[in-house]
Amino acid sequence: MPRAKSKVVRTSLAKAPTGIQGLDEVTGGGLPKGRVTLVCGSAGCGKSLLAMEFLVHGAVRYGEPGVCMDFEETEEKLRANVASLGFDLRELAKRKKLLVDYVAVERHEIAETGEYNLEGLFIRLSYAVKAIKAKRVVLDSIEALFSGLADSTILRAELRRLFHWLEDHKLTAVVTGEAGEHTLTRHGLEEYIADCVIALDHRVTEQISTRRLRIVKYRGTSHGTDEYPFLIDREGISVVPLTSLALTHKALIDRVSTGIPALDEMMEGKGFFRGSSVLVSGTAGTGKSSLAANFASAACARGETCLYFAFEESPSQILRNMRSVGLDLEQWVKKRLLHFHAMRPTSIGLEGHLAAIHKLIAKLRPNVVVIDPITNLVSAAGTYDVKSMLMRLVDFLKVEQITSMFTNLTFAGDPQERTAAAVSSLMDTWIVLRDSKPNGRRRRELYVLKSRGMAHSREPRELIVSKRGLELGSMLTDHRPATTVAGSGAVAATK
Amino acid sequence: MKKSSTRKRRPAESAGSDFWRLRLYIAGQTPNSIAAIDNLKKICEDKLRGKYRIEVVDLLEKPQLAKGDQIIAIPTLVRRLPPPVKKIIGNLSKTESVIVGLDLQPVR
Repeated sequence: MPRAKSKVVRTSLAKAPTGIQGLDEVTGGGLPKGRVTLVCGSAGCGKSLLAMEFLVHGAVRYGEPGVCMDFEETEEKLRANVASLGFDLRELAKRKKLLVDYVAVERHEIAETGEYNLEGLFIRLSYAVKAIKAKRVVLDSIEALFSGLADSTILRAELRRLFHWLEDHKLTAVVTGEAGEHTLTRHGLEEYIADCVIALDHRVTEQISTRRLRIVKYRGTSHGTDEYPFLIDREGISVVPLTSLALTHKALIDRVSTGIPALDEMMEGKGFFRGSSVLVSGTAGTGKSSLAANFASAACARGETCLYFAFEESPSQILRNMRSVGLDLEQWVKKRLLHFHAMRPTSIGLEGHLAAIHKLIAKLRPNVVVIDPITNLVSAAGTYDVKSMLMRLVDFLKVEQITSMFTNLTFAGDPQERTAAAVSSLMDTWIVLRDSKPNGRRRRELYVLKSRGMAHSREPRELIVSKRGLELGSMLTDHRPATTVAGSGAVAATK
Repeated sequence: MKKSSTRKRRPAESAGSDFWRLRLYIAGQTPNSIAAIDNLKKICEDKLRGKYRIEVVDLLEKPQLAKGDQIIAIPTLVRRLPPPVKKIIGNLSKTESVIVGLDLQPVR
């Protein structure tokens, strides 16, 4: 019974994996096998790279040799491009795994003198496919034909015939197309492609570039209509398969220490729930990073791995600063339990960062993640973007059962709500740090504004940062509401 | 560029710019292919009598030759001599376009 069932699934919805990180997840296993997929977008959006990766991974990993008919780049140029990803096209050709045929279409040398068809193209493709028993084909970008051949009626009929030919030969094909002004592709290729259409987008706003991928259509497969951020780096494309609003993750009941015994005490004596997300917000110098570092260190002390994203300070700076408050993080780095990843917040956009974060998490599979601080990411995008992107990240972390801590810098006098509203609702626990001067003496205060699913203390405590580490003082009964804190909890307290 | 081995080059052919070497690519005996052969012969006899040579390449038999001359459309006629190489596509039924496309001087 189960065998028969799986057979049915395979024949009705067979997929050809692309081998591109994340893309196979958002497409439920890859591109439709034996069908034609259109990948479209403007110049430089990464469509050729996606197509080429599909081909190379198919040949190397999945035992499916491939043919690339390239209408734009010569074999040498293409070889150089692919070499930068760590693949040797010449070697692959020698091993009969991948063939490239550069198709030059230049209008000025072609005069038309009567009826014709594109049988020459068919013969070339078929010859190459047979030579290596190819299972995959890339046509990049076949739209070049439109600029070379004047008779678009013939051309369109032939394209239709070509796509049918590909399907008749059970070839999984990727066709690329340049984005049009009001259409997905300049020459309306989408009209011919029934099964799968993927649109890539590359925007640059305020000098920050963001790349996104959208599955416009995928017959027979449920797919998100979301835009997925993606990244292009030395290893090629990686898509962030963050599925938002699924809320299917399991809520865990075991707990992890906050790294500060007194803070654990405030949370039923047990600390955070494993797999929950924690926001630590506060003004400058209130000890957010120290709190995060203690949390990270506690995880390492349990033998867990921690991935620490630093957007403001270099790892060595963090190590030095933490040493001054009695925390030896270096031991965990040496034991390869603590991994720092420092990035300049403005170097890439929010999506780029999230893509990079996602990629590293998927690679390292840590138990604990710290993002210190998210403020810089927030400033790199609009509030709406931040919320939807963070939602996906938080969701992903929960599904992976990773406990995460985000620090957020707030400014004195600046209403906390703006970023707080965008971010805090996604968080299970919100710890607020603040400065106060009750008797003219400046001190740091900490309180747990919210922590879902537990009876936590609501009383503010003094946070004492010294060489001995972080400690909490006694309960503060004289805390002044509303004037120093603009959090919703404090507002509610005054009413 | 690959050359078909079916023909030996005569010294006279390559010498003057007055000799025409034409290669017609077809794929099987389709109506367009047959029309192209007939049309080409007619035009050559009319304009280039005694100083041309036509070579017909059937890509169904020699698919490997399609890449060398960058053949996409069928039929395609390639003027290999005199230089520069020129390419025209279609069944050559529009005689005027063929004459313009091949840059044929009317016989004086």
